Amino acid sequence: MTLDDILAGLFPSGIDIKRAGTEVAGRATLSDAGPIHLLGITQGSPVGVDEAIALARRVIEIIKSGDRAPILLLVDSASQLMSRRDELLGLNEYLAHLAKVLLLAEAEGHRTVGLLYGGSAAGAFIATALAAGTLVALPTAHPVVMDLPSMARVTKLPIEVLKAKAETTPVFAPGLDNMVRTGGVHFVWSEGEPLSAQLAAVLARPAGDDERDRLGAARGGRRKAAEIADRVAAIAMRSCTEPHDD
Amino acid sequence: MEKLSFKLDAPIRAGGSRKQAIVGVVASGNLEVLLERASPSDVCTIDVATAAHGFGTVWEAVLRDFVARRAAGGLRISVNDGGARPDTVALRLAQGVRMIEEPEA
Amino acid sequence: MTTVRADAASLSWYEASARQRIDALIDRGSFDEFIGPEQRETSPHLSIFDLPEQFDDGIVIGRGHLDASSVLVAAQEGRFMGGALGEVHGAKLTGLLRAARKLKEDVLILFDTGGVRLQEANAGELAIAEIMRAVIEVRRAGIKVIGLIGGRAGCYGGGSLIAGTCSNLIISEQGRISVSGPEVIETNKGVEEFDSRDRALVWRTMGGKHRYLIGGADMFVDDAALAFREAAIAALQLDRRCDLAVLAAEQERLERRLKRFGHARDAVEVWQSMGIEKPAEIPGLPAEEFLRRAADKRENADDAR
Repeated sequence: MTLDDILAGLFPSGIDIKRAGTEVAGRATLSDAGPIHLLGITQGSPVGVDEAIALARRVIEIIKSGDRAPILLLVDSASQLMSRRDELLGLNEYLAHLAKVLLLAEAEGHRTVGLLYGGSAAGAFIATALAAGTLVALPTAHPVVMDLPSMARVTKLPIEVLKAKAETTPVFAPGLDNMVRTGGVHFVWSEGEPLSAQLAAVLARPAGDDERDRLGAARGGRRKAAEIADRVAAIAMRSCTEPHDD
Repeated sequence: MEKLSFKLDAPIRAGGSRKQAIVGVVASGNLEVLLERASPSDVCTIDVATAAHGFGTVWEAVLRDFVARRAAGGLRISVNDGGARPDTVALRLAQGVRMIEEPEA
Repeated sequence: MTTVRADAASLSWYEASARQRIDALIDRGSFDEFIGPEQRETSPHLSIFDLPEQFDDGIVIGRGHLDASSVLVAAQEGRFMGGALGEVHGAKLTGLLRAARKLKEDVLILFDTGGVRLQEANAGELAIAEIMRAVIEVRRAGIKVIGLIGGRAGCYGGGSLIAGTCSNLIISEQGRISVSGPEVIETNKGVEEFDSRDRALVWRTMGGKHRYLIGGADMFVDDAALAFREAAIAALQLDRRCDLAVLAAEQERLERRLKRFGHARDAVEVWQSMGIEKPAEIPGLPAEEFLRRAADKRENADDAR
């Protein structure tokens, strides 16, 4: 599905978007007639300081509006922009800032739904798709932490060896299925069903705590994370001898 | 990883009252040593997980030397080894025993 | 649980282990470790790669006192797997932050990380996202999360994004913050874009002095545990919120930075346009003189982080 197909499937009554380079921004109407904000990084483009700050500005404008309308973040990116200039300028702050404003938007009542329909990798993935309150994907999505050839180079293992190991565990290799099994992606949408209905179903579920580690445990892709986090929290609470508010 | 296990006579009990101590880091040429009081007081058990295969006899020699020189009775020692040389292993074991024998704060 | 005794005044933060840093940082004898090495919660994934495990999976967490205030502390061990985050390592930090929110205890994160552990890439990446969300939830409750950066592995990759969520960052000259490391940029974009063997370039672009000047870090300290301790105590006195006002101020700060320095080709140009006196001397200056020249010229991120 192209981005236009996706948008048409999500919003049969139409959308109002502007494209600025690889960024898209605008609004649409949900099937229940409520408004939804649209943001996106498209065309598999890398996310550098300029892209991150522009997207963040949009999110802040949405939060300032106070309309508490949900935000759909469409993602088809590469990794962070690998550039001397961007690191010189403090890319980590720009990516973290983008994640922060998305997290704040959700906390301030704007449900944020990430829709991964293409690629996304590493720092860009963390700052966009993984900063959404709910992350869904189309079957064509291909999230990557690091591509296998690079991983082979860094780990000094032949790529055939890496591929063989990837058969036995979802914990390191790229791909949508692994990101689903480890709990990063909440739902994979069906291209055969109306996307608008699938979006409505996601928005009908209440926002809540970060449950991705539990999801990873239930799906078998991350068996330890939730348990360890829970145990740490329990030990910290038990061993605290000072009074605190609950 | 190769796993080795030793149970050696250590007639003198390690001193002090601390229940455990840890020393070292798992990195190339380095190792971590965790010491716990969990053996009969005249025995020292040592479990080693090592990235370098085939050095069982070297480990045995180093460990036998260690229990002969130091009061290691009652200790359960667990090692994660990143390919350390025998003298580094001996150093960490000695540091570990010194630590577990330290008076409590 | 004892660790090697460290003389805090002279202990090099850069050379120290995670445990030595904690020992030197917090009040003597006050550290209570959570899920210590005796629990043997090692990585379930390294054996597939026949790699050695560490009993604490490369991060030490617990509670201590800093000048008699109770704080939660996490210290990464940069020499184990480059301090990189795996499933267990990450979950220890996530759990600590979730506890901080319930208990309203401030948190110190002693960063020393290359980012995500490749052998557990998906788990590490998700851990970073979960940690960032947990940090923001903690901060929205008015609790502080203070980052200390000055270890051998630096603060790279996803670790640098977590640093970007902290309320306050303390850095030494040895500290480095960057999303992509020098070798990664060189491999992907060529040596013209970044010569990873040019150490001076690495430090000018990503190092503690530059980060402090450009507003990527808030406090600059000597490579000494005592200096980090004093800075952490000072940071705990500050009030830090995380709300729309703060993030709007950060938006402005970061936009202004691009306007001011977006065309600079090197850090020296950035420092020059800040009005720093004899900017080329900055890398060679001892801390005191560096701070004197930085004062009133550096970018400030107070209430905008």
